[in-house]
Amino acid sequence: MISELWTAAFIAMLAAFTGYEVISRVPVILHTPLMSGSNFVHGVVLVGALVALGFATTWPERIIGFVAVVLGAANVTGGYVVTERILEMFDRSGRKPKGG
Amino acid sequence: MVAVTDAIEAVYVLTAAFFILGLHRMSHPTTARSGIVWAGCAMFAAVAITFLTPELFANGATNIALMGLGIAIGGGFGYLAAVRVAMTDMPQMVAIYNGMGGGAAAGIAAVALLAGTSATEGSLAVTGGLIGAVSFTGSLIAFLKLQGWMRQKPVVYPGQQPTNLLVLALALVFGSLLLLRPAGLPFPGGAYLPAFFLFALGFGLLMTLPIGGADMPVVISMFNALTGLAVGLDGFALSNYAMVVGGVIVGAAGTLLTLVMARAMNRSVSNVLFGAFGATEEAAGTIQGSMKAVDADDAAVLLAYANKVIIAPGYGMAVAQAQHKVKELMDQLEAKGVQVKFAIHPVAGRMPGHMNVLLAEAGVPYDHLNDREEINPEFASADVVLVIGANDVVNPAARRQGSPLFGMPILEVDAAKNVLVLKRGQGRGFAGVENDLFYKENARMVYGDAQETVGRIVQALKKL
Repeated sequence: MISELWTAAFIAMLAAFTGYEVISRVPVILHTPLMSGSNFVHGVVLVGALVALGFATTWPERIIGFVAVVLGAANVTGGYVVTERILEMFDRSGRKPKGG
Repeated sequence: MVAVTDAIEAVYVLTAAFFILGLHRMSHPTTARSGIVWAGCAMFAAVAITFLTPELFANGATNIALMGLGIAIGGGFGYLAAVRVAMTDMPQMVAIYNGMGGGAAAGIAAVALLAGTSATEGSLAVTGGLIGAVSFTGSLIAFLKLQGWMRQKPVVYPGQQPTNLLVLALALVFGSLLLLRPAGLPFPGGAYLPAFFLFALGFGLLMTLPIGGADMPVVISMFNALTGLAVGLDGFALSNYAMVVGGVIVGAAGTLLTLVMARAMNRSVSNVLFGAFGATEEAAGTIQGSMKAVDADDAAVLLAYANKVIIAPGYGMAVAQAQHKVKELMDQLEAKGVQVKFAIHPVAGRMPGHMNVLLAEAGVPYDHLNDREEINPEFASADVVLVIGANDVVNPAARRQGSPLFGMPILEVDAAKNVLVLKRGQGRGFAGVENDLFYKENARMVYGDAQETVGRIVQALKKL
């Protein structure tokens, strides 16, 4: 039986190649939304912060866990709204009839 | 109980899949908007299902109440700030949210280390904590510089790199002590954790100080990658595979973008990080010719009688918030039958794709936007190139051996028949290098705030 750590290592390896492949064909005009979108995706840190706080048994753990939840939640909502706002503009400007 | 844990893991698997699909959709202009919605739904599901973790209820209601409160406070703040911010301030918003993710990753590592871990989990948590903490304070400095609350010029002092190295080494020493807990040392064991995070946070701060404003596209992408990596490492420590996948994908994507940005400046990432680029100014006096200024009316005439105009925007357009006026200018010129194109340098502005975002906000169709490789062969056939607040990315000094800019791929605007440069004053670009372009025979300077100047050109065009 492979240990859990090595399973995770394989998952991480596959994720790294997936990330590279998915991103490598992105056109320059989408660099900002992509960066901002991946900024949102690492907001999954909120899940970890929730687990850390949820399992906390002492007050120092609770306080640090709480701060982590606040920061993670701001990362998630801020990252989402910023990306959505940027993409909304691309949507708008893309649909405009061509000038000239 | 087993069924609930299985359901949670199943949701995490789907979350990871939707993150990948979402990012994939974000890599095409037509599907990009649905991409963020897919990733958003996945994130919502993952956060919601985490509340159902059975062991949580064993720890009492306090923790669950704090979890809800934390989401309300952080989420509320993040939402309000992101809704209100102006498009021109996007680079610093991306930086600050990225920093918050790094801070959260550092916090998770701290809680795991406080609670006690196995040796393997502990070393993962220390590594994740170090990277997260560096990303946290580093992004904070980037935010302060971009927001204008701190000088954008590099902050340099003697012995800077050795100091930074020492701080990093101390962070590593305390991180190792934290893991090994050797007996017989003078300080109490409880001091290792705060000392470790203090030096880790300090290193992030110190290493970002000498990096200047124009290098921010590289730095922001790099901290994005680092936060992703920290989240992935925390995921290992917590055995949470949604975090492993989400974090590592961002780490890979961010690394790729960092390399693309550095390559666009023909510099290595380490040169960007440790070069303190732009801290010193090149000695003047090697350039022949003089700058010739014209006013907005003359510029308008030149533009109106052109067949083809290429606009090359830079950070100055963002600072002056001139993008809407630039769109108006484009409309006026197109109404007169002039072909208008935009030339976008990959590192123009302060984050990857900065100019594209601003012009899209103003409603410039994205088929008008061309990147450096597409547009460079076209400058020779352009009657007028309008440079708006760009400096280093159009500086022909990049072709001159010995210039600090040497080798940087630039927009070859000087090949055009006429070049109009909209510029606030006679100062140098960020790199502190005199711009050869301004002294060329075919170049004319139009001084003033970009928004005002473009506005005056539009008015003059309407009268023609």
